Amino acid sequence: MATNLETLKKDVVDICKKCGNDRTKMMDIVRAVQKKYGCVSSEAMDMIAAEVSTHRIEVESVVSFYTFLSEKPKGKIVIRVCDDIIDKMANVACIDDTFKKELGIEFGETTPDGKITLEHTPCIGMCDQAPAALVNDVVVTNLSSDKVKEIVKTLKETGDPAKITHRHGDGINSNPLVHSMVRNNIRKSGDVIFSEYNEGVALKNAINQSPVEIIRTVKASRMRGRGGAGFPTGMKWEFTRAAEGNQKTIICNADEGEPGTFKDRAILTERADLLFEGMTIAGYAIGADTGILYLRGEYAYLREYLEDVLNKRRANGLLGNNICSVKKLGIFGKKSSINFDIRIQMGAGAYICGEESSLISSCEGLRGDPKNRPPFPAQKGYLGTPTSVNNVETFCCVVKIIEKGAAWFSALGSQGSTGTKLFSVSGDCKAPGVYELPFGITVSELLKEVGAQDTMAVQMGGPSGTLIGKEDFGKKICYDHLATGGAVMVFNNKRNILEIADYFMEFFVEESCGFCTPCRVGNVLLKKKLEDIIDGNGTPEDLDYLEKLGNTVKAASRCGLGQTSPNPILTSIKNFKPVYQKLVKPADDGMNPTFDIAKALGQSEAIAERKSVIFDTV
Amino acid sequence: MSEITFKIDKVEVKGKSGQTIMEAADAAGIYIPRLCTYKDLIPHGSCRVCTVMVNGRPQAACTQPIAEGIIVDNETETVKEIRKDIIDMLFVEGNHYCMFCEKSGNCELQALAYRFGIMSPKYPYLFPKRDIDASHPDIFIDRDRCILCGRCVRASQQFDGKNVLDFVERGTEKRIAVNAETNLAETDAAGSDKMVEACPVGALLKKRVGYATPIGQRLYDHKPIGSEIENK
Repeated sequence: MATNLETLKKDVVDICKKCGNDRTKMMDIVRAVQKKYGCVSSEAMDMIAAEVSTHRIEVESVVSFYTFLSEKPKGKIVIRVCDDIIDKMANVACIDDTFKKELGIEFGETTPDGKITLEHTPCIGMCDQAPAALVNDVVVTNLSSDKVKEIVKTLKETGDPAKITHRHGDGINSNPLVHSMVRNNIRKSGDVIFSEYNEGVALKNAINQSPVEIIRTVKASRMRGRGGAGFPTGMKWEFTRAAEGNQKTIICNADEGEPGTFKDRAILTERADLLFEGMTIAGYAIGADTGILYLRGEYAYLREYLEDVLNKRRANGLLGNNICSVKKLGIFGKKSSINFDIRIQMGAGAYICGEESSLISSCEGLRGDPKNRPPFPAQKGYLGTPTSVNNVETFCCVVKIIEKGAAWFSALGSQGSTGTKLFSVSGDCKAPGVYELPFGITVSELLKEVGAQDTMAVQMGGPSGTLIGKEDFGKKICYDHLATGGAVMVFNNKRNILEIADYFMEFFVEESCGFCTPCRVGNVLLKKKLEDIIDGNGTPEDLDYLEKLGNTVKAASRCGLGQTSPNPILTSIKNFKPVYQKLVKPADDGMNPTFDIAKALGQSEAIAERKSVIFDTV
Repeated sequence: MSEITFKIDKVEVKGKSGQTIMEAADAAGIYIPRLCTYKDLIPHGSCRVCTVMVNGRPQAACTQPIAEGIIVDNETETVKEIRKDIIDMLFVEGNHYCMFCEKSGNCELQALAYRFGIMSPKYPYLFPKRDIDASHPDIFIDRDRCILCGRCVRASQQFDGKNVLDFVERGTEKRIAVNAETNLAETDAAGSDKMVEACPVGALLKKRVGYATPIGQRLYDHKPIGSEIENK
C-alpha cells in the first residue's frame, strides 16, 4: 500500500506540475489522474489539493460533478452505451443484454478482475449511427449483437480499446490520428460550411481590415448564433470588444450535448481549419489573444487530430505570436502585431457545460455551475476577462462572411435568419446525417429531403426545443418561427409520444446541475407526474398541474437548462393533447389514484401477520 | 454614486447605482422574500424565492442590478404563485420535521411557508435518504433539512476565513460535504463559526442549545418573516 501511495504521489505531482500547479487547470489534472488510475481517489484528492494549493473539498466538488470522473475505482476500460431515445428506437436493449451477458456484469458494475466497467450514458453525438457506445475514448457505432461479442472478445484479449476499430469511417475519420469507425454522413453540402474552403483567404481579408470593420461586416450579414439561442454574433463581439480589460478570450463551444445533435462532430472532423480560422478572426475582432476550444468529453477521439491541426497552424504562423506574418506563406508578407493561440479544454460528461457560463466555469477548473448574470461573459467571463462564447458553426459562418461579404451571406436563408444551417437528422428516416440547408425551409421539405415517411412528430432543436406534430410541418425553420440549434429527431406513427417526453425529462433530471431550486426539484416532480399518467394513474387535472409546474420551472430557473427543460412536456401537451387525454381519467371515488392502499398496508400486514380488516387486500 | 429611480409594485423607489433590486427594496422598506441571501454574503441566486418580474421578465432580485425606470412586480399573483411553488419544492425535496425541529419558530423556510399561507405542500414528498454528520463535538449537520442555499459555504469562506463546507455531486444528488475525507470532526470547524448561524433551516445546528427559546419568544412567533424590513 505504501509503495502504491508513493507511486500515486509521484504521478499526481508530475501531472500537476505539467499543468503548472495551476488550480484553474483542475479539469486537465483530474482527467489525467482518472485516466491513469480509473478514479480520483480520496488520497489523490488530498495530494492534488496540496499541489495546486487549494482545499480538498474543491477537488471533490469538481470530481463528483462530472460523470466521466469518479472517486470510486472503475475499470481501466469503461464501456458507456448510449441510451438516448434514438438508440432506444434502434433496439439498444438488445445491445445492453449482449454486453451484460458477454461481460457477466450488470450496468453500473465492474468485472470481477477490475478491468472493465459497464455504464449507460446519454447522447454521445452518434444518433445517425445508433446504437453506439464509447469504449474509453473509442467510439463504436451501428452496434449489433455480433459486433458487441467481437468487441468484448478483443477487449478481453488485448485490453486495448484502440484494437476494436477495424474499418474506418468516411473522410478524415481514417486519418491515423482519428482512427475511428465514425461516419460523418454529410448528406447535403450547402454554400457556407461544406462548400469549397479557400484556406487563409478570409484571415487575410480580416487582417487587412480593422477589427471594427470586421464586426461591422458580421453585423451587416445579420448572422445569428448557431447554438440555438440566435443572439446576433456581431453584437456579441461588439460588446466583448467594448468591455474593459486588457485580456480578452474567445471560446468555441464544442460541447454539443443536446441529444440528437452531431453537426459539430462533422465540422470538427472535416473542417477543423475553417473553425480555427474563424476563431482567429474572432480573436482579432474582439482583441483576444486567448482562444479555447471546449471539446465535449465524448469527442475525445478527435483531440489528437485537432491538436495536430493546431500545431500545423502554429508552424505556418497562423497561430501564436505575430500571426500571419510569415513570409514563406506569401499571403501576408508584413509583420503583424497580432497574437492569438488556441488551447483545447476537454469536458468530462456534463450537458450543462454547453450553457456558456457553465462552460466558462468548467474552463476555469470548477464545477460546471452556471454563473449569475450580470455580469455577462462579454463583460466578465473566463477568469474575469471579457469573453465571447460562440458555437462551432458560428465561427465557420464568419469565415465565409469575411471571405465573400455580408451581402452574399445575407442573400442566403430568410430575412431574419440569414445563411445556411446544419441539421443533425436522426430517427425514423432513410438517410440520417448532417444536412446543410438554407434557413427558411419548411419542416415538410426537410422531411422529404431526409426520406422520412409516416412521420408523426419531429423534435426540433432537441429535448430543449419543441415537439411538433403534422399541423406544424408547414412551418419555416428559422429563428422567428421554429428555432433550432440543429437537432432534428424524426418519429414515425409507431412511436409513443409520452415515452419520448419521459425519456427527455429523465435526461434533464440527470443533467440538471442542481444549483437552483426550480430546475433541481421541479424536473423531478414533472417526471413523476408524467410517470403517473403513463401508468394510467393520471387525472384530467394533472395536465393543468404539469403546465403550471412547467411554467414555474421555466420562469424561475437560473439558466437555459431549467428555462427549457419542461419543453418536452409542455410542447407535447400543446401539440399532442389527445394522447394525454386518452390516458387520464377522473377519479370518481374521490381517492388519489396514485395511492396504492395494498402497497401502503403491505408492510404492516406482514408484521401483524394478518390482513387489514377494513382493506382486505390480496 | 448616482441615484436611480424605479418602481416596485407601482411604488416609486430610489436606489443607488450598483445596488441590486433586493438591496434597494430593503432600504425602501419593501420586503422581497429570500432564502439563499444573507446579510453581507455575496449573493448566490440559487433558491429563486426572490424571483420578481422586471419589465415582465423573471429575474432574481438578489442578483439583478437596478436600472432607471424599470418596473418590478413583487406582490402580483404570478410572482406569488412562483414563490409558493418554489417553497413547496424545498419542502418536498428534503425531510422537514417542523414539529420537533430545534429550529422551529426561528426557521426561515417555515416562516416563509406561514407568510405564504402554505399549510401543506401541493407536491408529493420525495423522501430522500440523506446522511447526518454528528461527529463534531459542537456542531451537527442534518442534511435532511438542508435546502442547498449555500449560506454555510459562503459564510465559512467569507466570515470565518475557512473552507469547511462545499457542494459535491450534482442534480438530485447534490449535497453539502466537508473539507475532509470522512466527517466534520476532521475539519477545522469550530462551534463559534459564523457558518452555523448562517443556516436558515435546521441543517447546521449547534449542539446542546436546542429548544432554549420558549415558544412565544421565537423569532417568527408573532410577526411574519419580512416584518423586520417592512417595519423599519
